[in-house]
Amino acid sequence: MFHRESGVFKTSYAADMGLYPLPIARWAVAAFAGLFIVIAPFALSEYYVSILNLILIACVGALGLNILVGYTGQISIGHGAFMSVGAYTAANLVTQLHAPFWITIPAGGVMAALIGAIVGIPSLRIKGIYLAIATLAAQLIIEWTINHVPAISGGVQASIQVPRPTLFGTPLRTQTQLYLFLMAFVVLAIVGTSNLVRSRVGRAFIAIRDQDIAAEIIGINIFHYKLWAFAISSFYAGVTGVLYTYYLGIANYEQFQLTVSIDYLAMIIIGGLGSVLGSILGAIFVTLLPIMTRWFLEDFGWLLFSQADLLNAIPNLRLIMFGGLIIFFLVVEPEGLNRLWRNIRNYFRVWPFSY
Amino acid sequence: MPDFEWQFTLVLLTNGIMIGLMYALIALGFVLIYKATDAINFAQGEFVMFAGFLAAVAAEMVGAPFWLSALVAIAGMIALGFGLERVVLRPLIGRPVIAVVMATIGLAAVLRGTAVMAFGAGTRAIIMPVSDEPFELGPIMLPPVQLVGAGVSLVFLAAFTWFFLKSRTGIAMRAVADSQQVAMAMGINVRRYFALAWAMAGVVSALGGVVWGTMLGVDNQLALVGLKVFPVVILGGLDSVMGAVIGGLIVGIVENFAAGYFDPIVGGGTKDFAPYVLMILVLMIRPEGIFGRRRIERV
Repeated sequence: MFHRESGVFKTSYAADMGLYPLPIARWAVAAFAGLFIVIAPFALSEYYVSILNLILIACVGALGLNILVGYTGQISIGHGAFMSVGAYTAANLVTQLHAPFWITIPAGGVMAALIGAIVGIPSLRIKGIYLAIATLAAQLIIEWTINHVPAISGGVQASIQVPRPTLFGTPLRTQTQLYLFLMAFVVLAIVGTSNLVRSRVGRAFIAIRDQDIAAEIIGINIFHYKLWAFAISSFYAGVTGVLYTYYLGIANYEQFQLTVSIDYLAMIIIGGLGSVLGSILGAIFVTLLPIMTRWFLEDFGWLLFSQADLLNAIPNLRLIMFGGLIIFFLVVEPEGLNRLWRNIRNYFRVWPFSY
Repeated sequence: MPDFEWQFTLVLLTNGIMIGLMYALIALGFVLIYKATDAINFAQGEFVMFAGFLAAVAAEMVGAPFWLSALVAIAGMIALGFGLERVVLRPLIGRPVIAVVMATIGLAAVLRGTAVMAFGAGTRAIIMPVSDEPFELGPIMLPPVQLVGAGVSLVFLAAFTWFFLKSRTGIAMRAVADSQQVAMAMGINVRRYFALAWAMAGVVSALGGVVWGTMLGVDNQLALVGLKVFPVVILGGLDSVMGAVIGGLIVGIVENFAAGYFDPIVGGGTKDFAPYVLMILVLMIRPEGIFGRRRIERV
């Protein structure tokens, strides 16, 4: 991550595909893991850890969406709905069967993957804008179904209370405990995605993204892999939904509406399409944006607005900044934060002889 | 009560047609942009909302008469269309579909935030100088507002059909849509026509905003009519003016029938749901829509 190599000395494909280009990269990752797993949760106060938890949850979802949109090139505006599928699956399992988390989380993921694969079926015939609209329809239809079928939504408010998961017989009460719990899944998601995209399947995804007809001609079963992309991405979304439900303590369809799908799209656009690091950076950025906006306005907002307007201004300013940033990144830096980071690294790679 | 049933159906049908023509007006703005620039405008609903706000504010603040506030909305939307094309859309020419989709989604967020910041969150009214008394044709009640909306929609449909078929500008625009490179080689100023398309979409959205704003009142909920645009244009075909109207009619009729017959059974909400189910079916069977052009892809 921070190393400076003096040249490319790879002599085998295995070395080229390695997760760690140099031994020092392994140490850098280990140090990072140490910082975030051992030090951060205990050094920060409960409130900041709860924000970190939100980021962790968003990371899983963003990684999943990036597999579909960034690596396979299939646009989906239905990520939020797949999360709600996972969330309600888990909530029903918990309330009716008292299922533990190690059942609900895979079950939520698998259920979302099934629904996601069904939504992905039209991707055989349609792509681009049409697929975007089809997934938008899926988002609205899933939302409506959950809201109107009491067997899924558990009644009037369409919300189900879910107790925190229990680990080794004790429920995870504090944010710090939850943080470590969530971190395990984030690590799994990161490792899973990194390994997926350099495997045969991942390469097929990338080939489909770059030129689907050409990919078909060289013998990639497009339909098969597109469905896999939808299923895997939705699996991640389902897991995100379950994790978020555990975090909130309630499953509610309002937490998974169209705006959430758009938030996740924004994460991968701002972070960088087709990049694991980009998904994480995007998740951090988009999760922190509204929080930072609120902090900033609460401290300095009186300079611009009267007290009465301030409450009204915060959500709207958030919207404007959110939309503005998406447009800014698309126009100015289409490859997102990941590219900015690479530029910085490349600058320092030969520093101080950068000419 | 067979007689009553028959009347009920007729009422649903006429309401559907009226609403459908008004959907067509909004879808027209979407089709114009897609036809000329190959871009998908996810902010169409926000365009309509913004135009509605402009008209309502002009009428309230300055006390402008109805026609003047409509003109204000049109002028404002033309300026907005030109400006957005220049700043946001032009740098994205030639980029993947997702870039344009996301840019217009971002645009939608910005417009929604800005409208509420600038004009307030309260619902405003646009008052059209027509009577509130509905025309009665037997069992059918037709509010004049809807008649005006449907009329405007039909006039614009005819005008744009003529425009794309006969006028020099319209033909140039179709050429640009067909192939930007060839159009450039034939001496067509592609950028100018892109800007023009966005401005024209602005005009249509302004009329949509005035008509829908009169009917529903102007607040940020008005942008939700934009969600109805997608079933309409998919049904009709993304690049067909005629398709926008036919799609609008189908969606209007289907959602009225759904609301009339299924709402009592499932307990409401089918109105927003039925058009999307229909749309999915169309996407599976005939993705290019009823009037859309099938595109041949080459490696």
